[in-house]
Amino acid sequence: MSVTTPAGAATAAPAGAGGHGPWSRASALLWRRPWARATLLLTPPLAWFLLIYIASLAVLLITAFWTINPFTTNIERTWNLTNLTTILGTSAYREIILRTVGMAAGVTVIDAIVAIPFAYYMARIARPRTRTFLFVCVLLPLWASYLAKVFAWLLIFTHDGVLNWALGKIGIGPLNLIYTNTAVFVVFCYIWLPYMVIPVYAALERIPASQIEASQDLGGRTLRTVRSVILPLALPGIVAGSIFTFSLTLGDYITPILIGGGNSTLIGNVIDSNVVYNLPLAAAMATVPIAIMACYLLASRALGAFREI
Amino acid sequence: MHNLIGIRWRAAAAVLLAGALALLAGCGGSSSSAPNSSTSSGATAGLTVPTANLPVLQKIGKGEGQLNLIAWLGYLQPQWVKPFEQQTGCMIHATYPNTSDEFVTLMKNGGGGVWDMASSSGDADLRIIYAGDAHPVNINLIPGWKQFFPVFQSPPFNTVNGVHYGVSLQWGPNVLMYSKKAFTTPPTSWNVLYSKQYAGKISVYDGPIYIADGAMYLKYHDPSLGITDPYELTQPQFQAVVNLLKGQHPLVKQYWSSAPAQISAFANGDVTVGASWPYQVSALTAQHFPIGAVIPKEGATGWADTWMLAAKAPHPNCAYMWMRYISTPKVQAEQAVSYGETPDNMLACSYMNQIAKGSCALYHANAPAAYFKTIALWKTPVAQCDNGKPDCVPYANWVAAWNTQIK
Repeated sequence: MSVTTPAGAATAAPAGAGGHGPWSRASALLWRRPWARATLLLTPPLAWFLLIYIASLAVLLITAFWTINPFTTNIERTWNLTNLTTILGTSAYREIILRTVGMAAGVTVIDAIVAIPFAYYMARIARPRTRTFLFVCVLLPLWASYLAKVFAWLLIFTHDGVLNWALGKIGIGPLNLIYTNTAVFVVFCYIWLPYMVIPVYAALERIPASQIEASQDLGGRTLRTVRSVILPLALPGIVAGSIFTFSLTLGDYITPILIGGGNSTLIGNVIDSNVVYNLPLAAAMATVPIAIMACYLLASRALGAFREI
Repeated sequence: MHNLIGIRWRAAAAVLLAGALALLAGCGGSSSSAPNSSTSSGATAGLTVPTANLPVLQKIGKGEGQLNLIAWLGYLQPQWVKPFEQQTGCMIHATYPNTSDEFVTLMKNGGGGVWDMASSSGDADLRIIYAGDAHPVNINLIPGWKQFFPVFQSPPFNTVNGVHYGVSLQWGPNVLMYSKKAFTTPPTSWNVLYSKQYAGKISVYDGPIYIADGAMYLKYHDPSLGITDPYELTQPQFQAVVNLLKGQHPLVKQYWSSAPAQISAFANGDVTVGASWPYQVSALTAQHFPIGAVIPKEGATGWADTWMLAAKAPHPNCAYMWMRYISTPKVQAEQAVSYGETPDNMLACSYMNQIAKGSCALYHANAPAAYFKTIALWKTPVAQCDNGKPDCVPYANWVAAWNTQIK
């Protein structure tokens, strides 16, 4: 390869003559040794990942074992387990953790129930043009700002909002939805839905038509085919989607503030309200979703969700 | 495949552990350089200000062209910021925190070499000063300061052992705000915020310092508790207030953490009455929303704000120019009328009446001493009560109670 580009080598290494300069020697070495090429290619992103991501995670975990001076709020670097025992020993924090996990699980279930038939229609029934249109419908909200979507829901749910106006026209209401857990739940379901639809679609699309036909040939009715063929084969996609919807709900704090009006406290809100006053407690709280996600991933693996990947 | 994943997990864990150990080694070194940070126990007695001996500016030099400010929403309106920028060439960049705790956090590490000043309230100032994040101020370079009401010249919340760490600004009450659509006659007591009649229509501040509002209410309505100062509560008094606010929780529709959130809740009809700041009242008035505000018979909590100088302010000359400018009677009057608060400069009164007739008397800028007594200004609750006994509940417990018992 290097022989065919002598001109390029010459311009890159003006000091070298006839392809024997340091540049061309280096490029020849890289060509001969694939591992050197891989190292050169992977080092910058890997270093970035280790330094920025893993290191900040480590700092976070360490901070959780420190405390603050209650007056100046400066961090005091003495080791103790106060923050973790506070979180596990306070019923309010336990309640918040349970509420958050319940919310995340509920959102995941509802999103899966909505996404599976939708994705099935997209992947296996719709004609190409309809499929493209549905894809745009799913992807378009992802291009809009998160805040714009949340504020749009605020305008829908608010007392003088679109929903109550429409219900008023047919003589129902007014509903008192804004600043409730229900409203937060609905908005979460809406916002994370595309993250469930896309992986489920990818999984359903890969199911060979022959397997579905085989099931039918063997006398399997629709429900039986869905239960024994389609769902098991779609499971990796559902689990991938559920990881998104579950973890995104677990960490969100903006929707509970804007739509929940400060009434619906989730793990993210405890972190948010403590970051400014008690950083170590916030760090300790931040380890909770990490632990929950670790359990979630291990459980998914035990269920065989990653076997097909 | 199974084994491969296992190996990856172990490798990731090893990397994490190595990183943690490296950081530990680094942190061990730095902790020894701050040996006296753990000597305090809540009260300021026995504490020293780490920055007290830093040299102050002797003469205001040429402006640096920039000024980075941490301000309450409504404190940097174009009508007085624009003329300042034109006169001095110092262009203002600002951020707007929602709570005093956020002011303290932004000022950490002396403002981080980013922020020059913060318009923080009395409950944040001493925390900023004793953390070593404020810089001493040469008050003689600020002529407007001599025209201040004596009580705001060297108040204990921004002046320690005669050293100033900023220049006082303005002060005012936290008001009871109500929608005139729901109230034909103005409420006269905070009891509307504890009444089932308004359940689901109430909006209150989302911050531990709001506990003091509950204490003000019980100070009036339950004298047997013996509350004298809403920021100095013994454990039984504190628990009574926490129980009051726990009972309020089911009635509350919105705990607002930013002023715009409360403004939109009132404008959309989600709430009709709440604990608020004068800023929201003027903003809703500007939107022609029928809004009213009162200081109820129980009195009110309030704040006294200071432009604090950051220990690592990168633009000190512009900061001094700003302190000079914001202390002049005319600018003090502009801010007081715009926000709805009381200026610290005694000469602001006539300018206020020029801007809006009668506003001087309305905001008590002519005779603040008697009015001053009805407002309980925000301060940081500390373990040591004013009587010297260590019986009071410190702010850390306020934060814990707010997050785990009330909300």
